[in-house]
Amino acid sequence: MKITFVLLGALVFFLMNAAAADAGQIEEGKQVYQYWCWNCHGEGPGKPGTQALAAKYKGSKPAILDQRTDLAPAVTKFFVRKGISIMPYFRKTEITDAQLDALAFYLARNAAKQDGK
Amino acid sequence: MLPPGVTASKFADAIKQFQGIVGKDWVFTSDEDVALYKDAYSPFWGEKDEILVSAAVAPDTAEEVSRVVRVANTLKIPIYPISTGKNLGYGGSAPNLSGSVVLDLKRMNRVIEVDDKRHFAIVEPGVSYFDLYRYIQERGLKVWIDVPDPGWGSVIGNAMDHGVGYGFGAFRDHFYSHCGMEVVLPSGEIVRTGMGALPNSKTWGEYHYGVGPYVDGLFGQSNFGVVTKMGFHLLPAPESYLTGTVIVPRRSDIVPLVEGGNQLEHAGVIGMPEYGSPLGGFGGASDAELRSLMAKPGGPSVAELEQHAEKTNRGFFSLNLQFYGGQKVVRAQWEYAKEVFADIRGVKFNEGDFIKFPAMQEQLDKAHKVAIGVPNLSIFMIGARSALNPSPTDGHLWFSPLIPKTGEAILEAQEVFMKAFRDMNMPSLVSPFSVPATWMFRAFVFIMGFPVYRTNIEQNKKTREMFKHLIQVAADHGWGEYRTPPAFQQQVTDAYSWNNHALRRFHETLKDAVDPNGIISAGRYGIWPKQMRGQRKA
Repeated sequence: MKITFVLLGALVFFLMNAAAADAGQIEEGKQVYQYWCWNCHGEGPGKPGTQALAAKYKGSKPAILDQRTDLAPAVTKFFVRKGISIMPYFRKTEITDAQLDALAFYLARNAAKQDGK
Repeated sequence: MLPPGVTASKFADAIKQFQGIVGKDWVFTSDEDVALYKDAYSPFWGEKDEILVSAAVAPDTAEEVSRVVRVANTLKIPIYPISTGKNLGYGGSAPNLSGSVVLDLKRMNRVIEVDDKRHFAIVEPGVSYFDLYRYIQERGLKVWIDVPDPGWGSVIGNAMDHGVGYGFGAFRDHFYSHCGMEVVLPSGEIVRTGMGALPNSKTWGEYHYGVGPYVDGLFGQSNFGVVTKMGFHLLPAPESYLTGTVIVPRRSDIVPLVEGGNQLEHAGVIGMPEYGSPLGGFGGASDAELRSLMAKPGGPSVAELEQHAEKTNRGFFSLNLQFYGGQKVVRAQWEYAKEVFADIRGVKFNEGDFIKFPAMQEQLDKAHKVAIGVPNLSIFMIGARSALNPSPTDGHLWFSPLIPKTGEAILEAQEVFMKAFRDMNMPSLVSPFSVPATWMFRAFVFIMGFPVYRTNIEQNKKTREMFKHLIQVAADHGWGEYRTPPAFQQQVTDAYSWNNHALRRFHETLKDAVDPNGIISAGRYGIWPKQMRGQRKA
């Protein structure tokens, strides 16, 4: 009985920490998004990335990047480091690997929910 | 990859020493990491002449820059400083000399000072226009910055490449509006220019010259040092902004239109004048009837074009005026401007937007943001995928010749450049409606943007040939480029050849004296170190 409580306690502690870590990662990723991505991919007029994705997906997917529900972390990482069309790639002095992890986690948060995580 | 002329053991020694200075995390040597320093808009993408990078080093302070430069100078390692690395369309983050080590200053992103009573700022190279704007907004400071099209560019880097913006008066010339520099020389020694040379100076960001020779100009578009701090004059935040458009009916009316624009601008009445043609812009003719006129063999006559302009009641050319200042003042200036153009027969005036600051969101959304000092990235809509452009480009190159600030020069440039495209059997980027950019305070830039592609080498080759032809044609007419991508810097600077290249030879004399080992930015704007002069090519 005692052992069960200890294990349950450990599990709750672990889950709380994991949730806090996720929240921290999402918050950091959101900041990276606001700083580096929003000016092209955000809402409002004059956003080339939003314009491009609206033309590409014609309404089948959200044109605003952080409203997408299908962005696996690897996809975000690929485009940030390889670029696409007029979007250049970003150096590690601009977006570090750790920041890119957070950004990819943030953009994948809705996809993860859909998967029932 | 090794830098040219550097042995593997010497390179390894340099890398180790760089790591000791900036830390291992900030020295990049893997193929994956250094590929991020290639020019994302390279006209040589995937070809053997594409410029590559051997390594990158990212210091955090001027002292670290100094130590890195000392190592490079001792071991004769070619280095190439960048600020934010976003000089896209003019070379991006890539050097002129393939195999150089990029000195990436992005981490040096401190705003040292902004003064909204004396109206200046002092910043480091990694500070972008977004960063400086945010700093000012968060503190509620009453100053405007002058911004170029891409807001992620470096305030210092843009000025160093003689970049330009959209705001009031000579503030648009970002090198001209700078004040004071801190520079690491190729020896590693740190100098401050202007009043900064005076210990405990109180006016570094305000008075350009200090005393004695003014050397700041030597560090722009060159390779004599690494700038680590720079001051900039700022515009006091104006109370309001008003626009008004002048529309003239005939093609020849561009002559008095520009004369009036010059009078208003050079007297400080207006901000940046924006010329246009209601008949067509970057995309050429604006309606089907006009497009069929344009497609006529030999093209339409001036009379036919003017008839079309009259029939559609649109006018031939337009000039958008921008006024900055107190509400009463800007309204009076608009009334005065109308008097300046009143003698042009058939002239029309349309009052445009009025903003009293702080602007409301819907005003901001509608405004040309750079004209009111708000950095953004909307310029990249050029070439990006859109409903009208299903085949996006992978970047662009800017061809940027300066022409005189007259209507006659605009008409001549149209004719000359249209012929240049015909002669090369290329679709023309110029039409009878083309107008120049007006960023410079005292000259026009007849700018053209060429698309580049990562997967279409043949098209990129044609573009390069066209670009080279245009440089030659421009030079034949006394027009030189103000700025150009590294791929064309040799040819562009070769054209500045008065008195048997006396200016180039003077630059080389300076280079040999200041940087005898030729370590900094070899080949930048045609200035090569002594040991490499034999291999330069246009």
